[in-house]
Amino acid sequence: MAERLRVHVDPDKCQGHARCKALAPELFELDEYGNAHEAGDGTIPPGLEDKAWLAKSNCPEIAIDVIEE
Amino acid sequence: MSDVSQPAAHPPVIDWVNDFDHTDPQWTEDPFPIWEELRAASPVVHTERFLGCYMPTTYEAVREIANDTEHFSSRRIIVRDIRPEITSRNVAPPITSDPPVHKPAKQLLLPPFTPDAMKKLEPRMRAICNELIDGFIADSKVDAAARYSKYIPVQAIAHMLGIPESDSDLFINWIHMILELGIKDENKLLQAVQEMSAYFMAHIEERRSKPTDDLISYLMNAKDKEGQPLEESHVLGSLRLLLIAGIDTTWSAIGSSLWHLARTPADRERLIAEPGRIPTAVEELLRAYAPVTMAREVVKETTISGCPVKAGNMVLLSFPAANRDPKMFPDADKVVIDRRENRHAAFGLGIHRCVGSNLARMEMQVALEEWLKRIPDFRLDPAGTVTWSQGTVRGPRQLPFLLGKAM
Repeated sequence: MAERLRVHVDPDKCQGHARCKALAPELFELDEYGNAHEAGDGTIPPGLEDKAWLAKSNCPEIAIDVIEE
Repeated sequence: MSDVSQPAAHPPVIDWVNDFDHTDPQWTEDPFPIWEELRAASPVVHTERFLGCYMPTTYEAVREIANDTEHFSSRRIIVRDIRPEITSRNVAPPITSDPPVHKPAKQLLLPPFTPDAMKKLEPRMRAICNELIDGFIADSKVDAAARYSKYIPVQAIAHMLGIPESDSDLFINWIHMILELGIKDENKLLQAVQEMSAYFMAHIEERRSKPTDDLISYLMNAKDKEGQPLEESHVLGSLRLLLIAGIDTTWSAIGSSLWHLARTPADRERLIAEPGRIPTAVEELLRAYAPVTMAREVVKETTISGCPVKAGNMVLLSFPAANRDPKMFPDADKVVIDRRENRHAAFGLGIHRCVGSNLARMEMQVALEEWLKRIPDFRLDPAGTVTWSQGTVRGPRQLPFLLGKAM
């Protein structure tokens, strides 16, 4: 069993489609250009796993990872 | 007025796989079975038309090309009969830019189009939609393209640029000349580009003495990475881009969405009962009816999905065809308005992701919400004809609806 689940946005792949922010506003933030990064250290609070999955599976640039640690 | 001969009509297509033509009436009317046939033949097909042109047919091949800026240039972004020289007068940065000049040009335009910036624009959008609906709601029939979807994005971008919304018909005509007639007629394209440039120059002059807080002033005040003001040709090119890219793309997406809902009462009823599903449905409508097909020019020979492509050819980079690839999307030809996994490519992939995607999404959501609130019952008018635009952007240009419950 994973200790912790974390989202991560690859900044080199992100092109600012902003799907992640729309689907999981608690887990992602956008910079002034609209490019995404994970909120805080990316830890997914319990109950938001489904939103993390949705964000990952809707990113057109495949820039989002859900990491088990 | 012109001594240039009229553009040649294209012979009808008989062999789609080896001789495709995206301006053929059959493609304009119903491209989906054609893409299926092309995809079954090869991940990349070729035509001798348009001075040589490839088309990737799979999502994977489209992604590969969109991400490969070394072999594929964006300096030409429309597949046309001719390839005029590239000059400062016909560029539209950043969409026509390649790395390394692309990134700084794009970054200039991104801040005014973030989701937060779009939220501020939303009340004006709702008002625009309702003003348009007020104009025909008392009637029993309406052309929803001509009276509704057409004017929503044009008024929104005019609002952002700080140019009169009442000039909408002028802008719509330029876009028609550039994106449709311009494929085959160079004169029409040049005329529209010149008129647009003159129009924007007048506004630029006006703002020199009276600065405003709109996008024209924003670009005039912008600095390049050396801290210098942008060249006037850059400001003009970007303004032309914002006007061209912002109008018939979203007009088409809203029109196709209404067309789908007119023909699919179950989806319509579901969205009326559960308006919270509209944002998800919008993504699926964008996938299924993606309006925009961009182009690239092959500048260096390479291989895509195992298919060799040669320099000097254009590429019809069909995001709509990618979105119908069954390898990427189960039941790709079915509209599933609550599709959960939807990495569609309607706004492009890679560095040229549509600058206005957040604006387009907001416009589509608001346009559908306001329409469904006020006009829950509508259907295609069997006495009318739905017509579709040709070429670079696909969407309904005539959308005859009967309003109210069927008798």
